[in-house]
Amino acid sequence: MLDYITSYLGLNQTPGQAGNIFWVTVYILIVFGGVSVAVMAMNWLERKALAHFQIRLGPMRVGPHGLLQPIADAVKLLTKEDIIPDEADKFVFWIAPLIILCASFAVYIVVPFGPTHAITDVNIGILFMLGVSSLSVLGVVMAGWASNSHYPLIGSLRSSAQMISYEVAMGMAVVSAILMTSLNKTGTGTLSMIGIVQAQQEQHIWFLFKFFPLGFIAFVIFAIAMVAETNRAPFDLPEAESELTAGFHTEYSGLRWSLFMLGEYAAMIAVSSIAVTLWLGGWMRPFPNTLTGDTWDLVFSLIPGFLFLGLALIAFIGVTRMPKHPYFKIQTIGLAGFGAVLGLIGLILFIPPVRDRIQDIFWFVAKVGVFMYLYIWYRATFPRYRFDQLMKVGWKVLLPIAIGVVILTAIIGVLA
Amino acid sequence: MPDQMTKDPYLSNLELGQPDKTFLDSNELIINMGPQHPATHGVLRVILKLDGEKVLGTECVIGYLHRGVEKIAENRTYTMFNPYVDRMDYVAAVSNGLGYCEAVEKLMNIEAPPRANYIRVILTELNRIASHQLWLGTHALDIGAMTPLFYTFRDREEILKIFEKYCGARLTTHAFRIGGCLYEAYEGFEEDVKRYIDFLPPKIDEYEELLTTNRIWVERTRNIGKISAEDCKALGVTGPVLRASGVKWDIRKALPYANYTEFDFEIPTGTSGDTYDRYLVRMEEMRQSLRIIRQAVERIPEGPIMAKVPKVIKPPVGEVYHSIEAPKGELGYFIVSDGSTQPYRVRVRPPSFVNLQALDVMVRGALVADVIAVIGTLDIVLGEVDR
Amino acid sequence: MPEETKSPAPPPSGDPKPPAGQPIPGSVQSTSEKAPAKAAAHAAPAKPAGPAPIPWESPLVAKLHRQYGSGVREANTYLGQNYLVLDSSIAHEVLRILRDEEAFDYCVDLTAVHYPEREKQFDLLWILYSFAHNQRLRVKTMLADGESFPTSVEIWPTTNWLEREVYDMFGIRFDRHPDLKRILLPEDWKGYPLRKDYGIIQQDNEWVKINLGIESGQ
Repeated sequence: MLDYITSYLGLNQTPGQAGNIFWVTVYILIVFGGVSVAVMAMNWLERKALAHFQIRLGPMRVGPHGLLQPIADAVKLLTKEDIIPDEADKFVFWIAPLIILCASFAVYIVVPFGPTHAITDVNIGILFMLGVSSLSVLGVVMAGWASNSHYPLIGSLRSSAQMISYEVAMGMAVVSAILMTSLNKTGTGTLSMIGIVQAQQEQHIWFLFKFFPLGFIAFVIFAIAMVAETNRAPFDLPEAESELTAGFHTEYSGLRWSLFMLGEYAAMIAVSSIAVTLWLGGWMRPFPNTLTGDTWDLVFSLIPGFLFLGLALIAFIGVTRMPKHPYFKIQTIGLAGFGAVLGLIGLILFIPPVRDRIQDIFWFVAKVGVFMYLYIWYRATFPRYRFDQLMKVGWKVLLPIAIGVVILTAIIGVLA
Repeated sequence: MPDQMTKDPYLSNLELGQPDKTFLDSNELIINMGPQHPATHGVLRVILKLDGEKVLGTECVIGYLHRGVEKIAENRTYTMFNPYVDRMDYVAAVSNGLGYCEAVEKLMNIEAPPRANYIRVILTELNRIASHQLWLGTHALDIGAMTPLFYTFRDREEILKIFEKYCGARLTTHAFRIGGCLYEAYEGFEEDVKRYIDFLPPKIDEYEELLTTNRIWVERTRNIGKISAEDCKALGVTGPVLRASGVKWDIRKALPYANYTEFDFEIPTGTSGDTYDRYLVRMEEMRQSLRIIRQAVERIPEGPIMAKVPKVIKPPVGEVYHSIEAPKGELGYFIVSDGSTQPYRVRVRPPSFVNLQALDVMVRGALVADVIAVIGTLDIVLGEVDR
Repeated sequence: MPEETKSPAPPPSGDPKPPAGQPIPGSVQSTSEKAPAKAAAHAAPAKPAGPAPIPWESPLVAKLHRQYGSGVREANTYLGQNYLVLDSSIAHEVLRILRDEEAFDYCVDLTAVHYPEREKQFDLLWILYSFAHNQRLRVKTMLADGESFPTSVEIWPTTNWLEREVYDMFGIRFDRHPDLKRILLPEDWKGYPLRKDYGIIQQDNEWVKINLGIESGQ
């Protein structure tokens, strides 16, 4: 038994490839747990960032600076009454959020956090991700249908139409990135997620910059399509409250509704990781080819530690700015403790063995984090697209450009 | 179904009396945007007849906020009625008060002294800016941009602080009295107003930066809710809606009241009468209001703020109609006096009520999401529609 | 500014009603349609003067007198505002003439006043405005209780809701109105609130009982 466990540690493969069930399970728990924590953090970040965009503070009471707000939200949603509409199809009503959730979480088994830091590396990785994440459309339609009410049905039809429209453009953009992987020395491309990042490593260029501006345009198309895919602003007409239909999740309350939100945030993180993998070099540190050498490697490897120390510093500054009133004592202590934990993590990240191992994961997560922030930024800034304009953008603008990019990439790839 | 821009969209062809076909049987769907909206404009009920997403006809049901203000007026004296007018268009209460006081003053053949007129103009124009800021925030929120709401409300606070310092109330100010102003401009009034004049233009630029050239905003508002100048005049639509359709008409210039003839300002007009033009017109009106305030605050004369008005206001027998350019359009007061201390009839001509009629014309053939944008762009306040 | 304290007796003309003398405080006055006016042309600024309506001379008035003679009861100016008082039989045509020939293309308002002690109890009045001439005009006509009036919707579409409101508040019916039903009050409300015989806190108790389930709204 112990041999089974330790036999994996010497290998240089993902546990899925090595076939080691134990470590697969461990990795699944870590990744899924991490995604769940990330979803909660994303919830907090969204509320705080949106509030600061709108010159207000956001949650401040539950825990210092609202840090425990997601927990309060979860508790509230858990204790809400579970309402099922009278005429609703109960089984379908029950299973719809589960489908969305499973589809959104299942894609994480191929997300590459590092060259061997993935649950597994299927050699059709990107196809798997796109395919499985499309299953959530099924869940959306089921949710709208099972609610047995006009407005959720219209909302779910709109939402599903939007999602499948933008998947076409997404797919085209992904194809152009895949084409670029075939331009390495072996002459064969790859669909595996780890393989795509390794192709970028071998070609010494992030696909964002390859055949400039083709890679960039493909990236932009994907970035827009992924926002539409996940029903986020500015493409959130199916969910918007001030429009006529309140969306496919109107009739869901409490925990079921929170499953939808969980699925939505997980899908956001999943498509952001696709974008990061395909164009932004996955787990590679910034400037891997222009700033080469051991010293630069060292500098970049210190950044995670400094980042956490910086966050700890911000937390401590927040502590000094807390009101000096007895009611705030617990919050002050909590924030100081949180800052201390961040500082401790930062210090741990300076230790060389940890430092080396954590690099890939850190850069991958940091890039995905940038995308998350962009999602919130879009939501704060842009008005909503009307549904027909949204479809027009998807079919008449993004799709032709994406097809053009694929063709041009192919042509230039052959010629160059 | 008659074509949408023919001359009789006012026939009630919604056939609402017929039994409702379920939406699976026919193409037409009747949807109710009930009295309670998330997009708060007050309690307005709009019944839409849709063909898929296209609007075939609308019917507005109003009266949820009807308080019988005109009936109350017959049972109050002229001075006692003054606070009631604030509650109609509660967003621009100062304008309502100005219109009423000036109408009674006209009936009594009194003129407010110059200093009172200056104070009145400054407060009214500040109120116009506040009303437009509220409009901008809620209109942007309806279309989906969440952030301008917070910015405009934050800046509106400064105006409300000035009102509070002046007369004690932020929203329903009751600032003016028949014959002039009751309260003297407080110590520091001019400094506050001057500070606000410098504070606001960068903020208006900020709002414009967020919206005016924003691709999505333009697509949501351009060519939406178009109404031609002839339709506007025929329907009696006034205010920024009329000006955005190209008619350069503003009561402050056409039939001036208070002392607007002494100020130099422009009337912004649009060309195509769509929602985008109305947005631009109102943004420019904010800037022009600042211009008026700047001129006014530099030239406030000294003097009395109240004319010689008898203790008991008993206008001579007669009737008068007086209107002002409220932020929403032509706000008119028709007062019939029978010589007693109580008016015989007070009729308020509400701009929002008349503008709301135009909703049907503006929305025919548009999509459902545009109905909300158009209701927002008409800038209605239900307190005024229902009185 | 000196205030006006009294209203002198208006000059007799037209309507056979006792002229309003010293007003008795609080009572409902049977005012005549004329009112004390001050001298002003319709474009000149108001000048302080004693209140007296002065006759309004203009080509429009002359033309109407020619065409309708005594149907045009009065054409006066009070406090700088011109008004016409017409017979209810010719009022509709005159309104059309005003829009078509005199360019009064904007109907500002349409409202009514109730004088219960008069024979013709309701004053129905239109306030018109001409963009071309920058001129306002009031047109008034008198209606008896129960008498209806042709609708002005074909002339100015804006009167659609305005007439509904007059019907709602006063009970004056308009013939050929496309959709004459109550606008501010619920559709099955009984009573016309702005009439003088409707109490200030009176409500339609039957409607309240049926729809709100309470005994009375008071």
